[in-house]
Amino acid sequence: MLGWILVLNMRDEISLGITKANNKKSSASIIFLKNFIRIPTAVFGSIFVFCTFFSAIFAAWIVPYDPNVMDYNFLLSGMSYEHWLGTDQMGRDTLSRLIYGSRIALIVSFGAIILSVLIGVPLGLISVHFRGPIDNILMRIMDALVVFPSLVIAIGLSVAIGSSLTTVVLAIGIANVPWMARIVRSQGLIVREQDFIKAAQAGGFSNFRIIFVHILPNSIAPIIVQSTLAMGYAVLTEAGLGFIGIGVQPPTPTWGNMIQQAFPLLEKQPLLSIVPGVMVFALVLSFNFIGDALRDLLDPRLKGVIY
Amino acid sequence: MIPVMFIITFLVFSLLWAVPGDPVYAYVGIDVVLDEEQLALLREKYNLNEPFLVQYFLWLQNVFQGDLGRSVESGLKVSEELMARAPVTFQLGLFALFFAIIVSVPAGILSAVYRGKAPDHAATFFSIGAVAIPDFWLGIVSILVFSVALGWLPTQGYVDPLEDPIQGLRHLVLPSFALGCTSCALIMRQTRSAMLEVLAQDYIRTARSKGLYELRIIFVHALQNSLLPVVTILGLQAGRIFASAIVVETLFGLPGMGTFVVDGVLGRDFQVVQGSVLLMAFMVLFCNLVTDILYAWLDPRIKYEG
Repeated sequence: MLGWILVLNMRDEISLGITKANNKKSSASIIFLKNFIRIPTAVFGSIFVFCTFFSAIFAAWIVPYDPNVMDYNFLLSGMSYEHWLGTDQMGRDTLSRLIYGSRIALIVSFGAIILSVLIGVPLGLISVHFRGPIDNILMRIMDALVVFPSLVIAIGLSVAIGSSLTTVVLAIGIANVPWMARIVRSQGLIVREQDFIKAAQAGGFSNFRIIFVHILPNSIAPIIVQSTLAMGYAVLTEAGLGFIGIGVQPPTPTWGNMIQQAFPLLEKQPLLSIVPGVMVFALVLSFNFIGDALRDLLDPRLKGVIY
Repeated sequence: MIPVMFIITFLVFSLLWAVPGDPVYAYVGIDVVLDEEQLALLREKYNLNEPFLVQYFLWLQNVFQGDLGRSVESGLKVSEELMARAPVTFQLGLFALFFAIIVSVPAGILSAVYRGKAPDHAATFFSIGAVAIPDFWLGIVSILVFSVALGWLPTQGYVDPLEDPIQGLRHLVLPSFALGCTSCALIMRQTRSAMLEVLAQDYIRTARSKGLYELRIIFVHALQNSLLPVVTILGLQAGRIFASAIVVETLFGLPGMGTFVVDGVLGRDFQVVQGSVLLMAFMVLFCNLVTDILYAWLDPRIKYEG
């Protein structure tokens, strides 16, 4: 009888603790936002990512021309009133193709990172909670995966299943899984030794509940930071793949394959090779700015650990 | 270490699973059309009727004997081709790292010593930009500036530096610059933060109070201890360099492993890609191992078990 009261008491205390934390959270998020908008680079990054998002979603309405329509009066033209950023060798409008290209860049960065979080985070949690042989096997697999850069995975997958958007997302997603799993694991190793986990175990909560309700929330900050930085890297990888002809295939415009097609014409029209690279640079920079700011605000201890 | 190597080979071998239709096509060319009889014959020839694990061990046996299969297109041995091309990639990678180190370590020291002043701002500005620039695009811009506009350096191609050192080096300048820039930024950041940490320690204050020259304190007392983390970051560059080298080699038309594997993918030459991917993974693993050993050797406090 006494035991039951104790257990019930403990549950109450735990749930009480959670509600207290929730109340604190709302004010903490306001403080967080206030601090976030004080960092100029973070604000620039957010605005740029938001604009890219906006133009990618509403591409069909805001582009001046259809990205695949050829205008034979303007072949390889420079900047002009009709075509702000010029045209390519087939007379297609560069600005419109850039805007459509941002779709691929964002789909790849978000798709790949969501995939890696969905696979990597549960693996890390399983590893930290069950310990022993499961932990050992999972981490050895992660050690093996980590030696394959995302570009190399993409190359391997492309030769087997062909180059497509799916291949690129899959490759970059898989390449990021070990990093996510390791971060969650290392964070979880600290959390699981704390008293509230023991209390939850004593309270008879299921493994599932302990993993997702008690361990996971404590790993969220580093996951968010790592995800944002990995998104920037994903954009870079996608561009690189497009440039070597192994990404999303033309005629779908991506920033990478636009540079690939423009490079042979470098001396005739350098603008064509430069402009998509500037977009890649700006988007990666924005993701990095947001990631750095989040890291400094969410978890100052991580400074210099994740990059 | 050993289990990890087995998992790596298993992952690379499993690529065969992903080939659509019959795995036979991975051996004879993915776009080839075969009739039933040929298919059965070839399945027998390449052991594809065996259970998957048996196939894996048969393949592994070949790999350990240095046989990575043959290219469908040229019929040449993949291992021989890779060995012939590896020196080009190594040259490129080493030059890139060399460039990165000679720029980044002094820049990192300067930026730590002049913390919050102009050199620090300049270095930080560079490091933020350099990690966000696509390396191949940096290569394109440098071609535009140094080859097209100024005409100082050749745009593309490769000359063996052993045969013609001057031409060989001229052909390597732009590719190694494009490849090394990101590494340079990362190493610089690491040098800066390590240096800052060391400069704040008590023994540095002791050295100063002894009246030593600032230069002696920085180079003799501080630098040695701050290079440890730099070694780690150097080792971690291996994977990034191999991946980026694929793109940079394609851009500059260098006949290294990168162009080999890209041609392999474009020609859907399965064994070429499988072999190259395996070799690259092992090289990255090897570099990580060397870093670990070097780290333990440099820092006597670290001892590895087993």
